[in-house]
Formats: sequence, C-alpha cells, structure tokens
Amino acid sequence: MVDGVFITLVKGLVLVNLLMGFFAIMTLIERKLIGRFQVRYGPNRVGPYGLLQPIADLGKLLRKESMIPAGARPRLYLLAPFVSLFCAIGAFGLIPFGDRAEIPGTGVHVHLYMADSNVALLFVAALGSLGFYGLMIGGWASGSKYALLGGMRAIAQLVSYEVAFTLSVIGVVIQARSLSFLDIVHAQDRSVWYIVPQFLGFLTFGVAAVAESNRPPFDLPEADGEVVAGYHTEYGGLRFAMFANAEFINAITLSALGAVLFLGGPAGPILPGPVWMLLKLGLFLFVFIWLRATVPRVRFDQLMTLGWKVLLPLATLNLLVTAAVVVYN
Amino acid sequence: MLDQVKGFSVTLRHLFRKPVTQQYPEYRRPVYPRFRGRHQLHRHENGLEKCVGCSLCAAACPSDCIRVVPAENTPDNRVSAGERYARIYEINMARCIFCGYCELACPFDAITLGNDFELSEISREALVYTKDMLLDKPIRRTPSKAIDPYDVPVQEMERVLGMYDVVTATNPEGAPE
Repeated sequence: MVDGVFITLVKGLVLVNLLMGFFAIMTLIERKLIGRFQVRYGPNRVGPYGLLQPIADLGKLLRKESMIPAGARPRLYLLAPFVSLFCAIGAFGLIPFGDRAEIPGTGVHVHLYMADSNVALLFVAALGSLGFYGLMIGGWASGSKYALLGGMRAIAQLVSYEVAFTLSVIGVVIQARSLSFLDIVHAQDRSVWYIVPQFLGFLTFGVAAVAESNRPPFDLPEADGEVVAGYHTEYGGLRFAMFANAEFINAITLSALGAVLFLGGPAGPILPGPVWMLLKLGLFLFVFIWLRATVPRVRFDQLMTLGWKVLLPLATLNLLVTAAVVVYN
Repeated sequence: MLDQVKGFSVTLRHLFRKPVTQQYPEYRRPVYPRFRGRHQLHRHENGLEKCVGCSLCAAACPSDCIRVVPAENTPDNRVSAGERYARIYEINMARCIFCGYCELACPFDAITLGNDFELSEISREALVYTKDMLLDKPIRRTPSKAIDPYDVPVQEMERVLGMYDVVTATNPEGAPE
C-alpha cells in the first residue's frame, strides 16, 4: 500500500465504484455500437438517447425472483458468482493510471494505482485464472447438463489460451526486465511502445485476450444455441448480473493490460495520464465490440486448433526471438 | 487474411451508415390501401345501416368470431334499408384472423376491413366489438397510402362503376355509387 491504509481504502472504494459505473456505461455503449454495426439504433427508449438503459436493466434484474434449482449444490451455487466477480475486480486494482498526482486544491498526493508489485503481471494473470473457478463451480453446482458443459468448455478454453497468453506477454517482460506494471510503463517511456518491437506478441496477446475474456467470437462457454447459456444457464437476477459483470470487467482488465503492456499505459502527450489510459482502454474495447459485430462464433475444434497449433507456436517464436535479441545485445 | 480485413471493413462501413430502423410509435408507416385491419360497418348516405342482418358474414367466417342477431324493421323503427336489421352485431377481435371473407360474403358491402391494426387491449372482454363501435369511425387512424396507380383491380372497378348508373340494393335511392 503506497499511500497508507486510509487513502488506500478510499481509493479502493472510488476505484470499484468507478469501475462499476464504467461497466454500466460500457454495456450501453456496446449495445449501441452493435446496433449501429447492424444498421439499427440500439436501445433508445429509456431516457434521452437510451442513456438510462443500464439503470432499467439493473432494476429489472433486481426484481427477479432469487431461486436455487432443485438439483443444485446450494452453497457452491451461491458462492460461484462471488468468486468470479471478486477475481475480476481484484485484478483491476493493479492497473496503473499514472504516477503520483496531487488532488487539486488539497495538497494531498496519491498514487494513481491501488498497489504495485514486482509480480503484478503474474498476479493479474493468476487472478484471471482463479476467476474461471467461478465459472467451473457455477456450472457444476447448478445441477444442469448445459451449465456443466459450459463450465467444462470454459476450463478447456482457459487451459488452451492461458499458455499462449502468458507466452505472448513474456516477450514484454523480457524487454522491460520487470513484471511490475510501473516498470514496464517507464521502460516504454525510455524506448518505444512495445507494440512496435513486440508486434507478433501483440497479435497473439489480442487473440488470446478475447478468448480469455469469453467474448465473441470465442464465447463458447456461453454459446447460446449450443449450450443454452453455458455456465450461467441456471442463474437469474443479480447472480446472473454478477457473472455478466465479472465477464465484462475481465474484458476491461485485459484491455487495460493491453494498453499497459503494448501501448505505453498512461503515457502520452498533452492530455493527463488517466485520460490517455482511458482512451487506449476504449480503443481495445472498441475492437472487442467490432470483433463481436464481425466474426461469427468459432467451432470448438477451430478454437482448439487456433489455440494450440497457431497461437502457441507464434507466441513461442516471438518469445525465443525476443530472448535471443535481448541476450545478444 | 485479406478476406478477414475485407470483413472488418464491411462492418466498419456499416457503423457509419444511417440506421434503417423506423421508429414505430413516432413514425407510422402508411399501410397499403387494401391492408386488412379493423372492420368497419357502413351506413347509407341517408343514415340507414347497410347491414340487413342476413348473417352471411357469420357463415363465411372461418374463425366463427361474428355474432349477428337480426330483428324486423318496423315503420316507426327503421334501422336498415332491407326488411331486417342486425339488432346485435358483434365481432370478437381476439378470434378474428382478418381474412376478409366477411367482406367478400356481404351482399350489400355493409362490412369492410379498414386499415387499423393497433387493437391491443388489457382484457379479452374489451376485444369484443359491438355494433356501435363498428359503426363509429375508428379512434386511431392508421395512415394509408394513396391508391396505387398500378392497382388495376381497384381502378378497373371504379371505371366500371362510373360507366353505368348502377342500381343495387346498396344504394336504394338509385344514385350511382
């Protein structure tokens, strides 16, 4: 805790609330954008330009009956969404939005990140993988075959893509010689943004990130039409909202990770750090949504082929070349 | 690989196109003149009802949603132009399939199908339309397109009707329609 207990607690509260607000706005933006991609308007009935749609969604989900299926394991069933959401929010805490900054007019200096660790990247990857336990537990504890299949798909997907994902970010780690996000950002300030030397790694990272966050075209764990809704088939109301929330926050975290690792994080001219960070994050999220509007869902064997036979060799190649170049210099 | 890029450019182009959505409650797309919607019972110009209570519409109705109870016209209570009139004329809109057979069956053109289709109610009872409701003009009018110049049957009929001084039971005064 770089700022002491009190400020860190306040920062945590602010960050979580901002994150939730951002998530709410992003659900609207996503639906609007998908609408425009399909030459229609998207939600525009609740409030001006449909701006109150997230609140209406929340109100609808709040009022739903909270029930536990007869075949479910009640405790695990109730625990699963919390695991997912906890890991999703926890992972976001390490994302740096800048260095030290002064709160205007108070003279109080705070760091624009919750914490920085010398294993920050490892920590985020670990929490991301831990979050998949929520999907697996939820799918299994629901006592439904579709939920179980969805949970199993989620784990299979995680196992195949976590490898390529980790290998593709190790190139960055080798170049920056650190796992800390701050060090990686500063290292990019001194040289160039790592999207240039690590372009292959960036591509494999991007594909693996989409698969990691279960977003289309890799949303097989919840492929409607194949496994109903996958692991959250038996969930309703706010428990379903927690899963959806966790999934989207994962997408936001991975976007932030991409911005930090490959696009220089909060660095940029004129505008302050957090704004640059948000812009880069938004760019990634836009590409996520663009992907969803363009590419149809892949088949499961295509998913596995892409993960093991394309991404893994490419990521390994990128890693080996980076390592060789760094050692040779 | 080039095809992938092409695909992405297609979706990106569509992002900047104007949506084709018609915003329904604000914009009501005019229906075609021959669109079959809510029924309408007609009167002669002198105020008498065209319906003579023959129940042919009820007989033709495939979903059996029309109920007609006729009664005799008397000199001091003359409702229709014929011998009898429809004392009760009800259409159950919950059952109606808007096929238009009643319109075809009617020998006096007393019932036609209009253009209104916004007929939702919150109770089934409210969907049973009485004679008074059917004789009234509909409360909400759905915009209708002008008669299609290429709609030959309508034009043909109008031309034929205009050529002859048609005297039928529907216009007992003998005036051309």
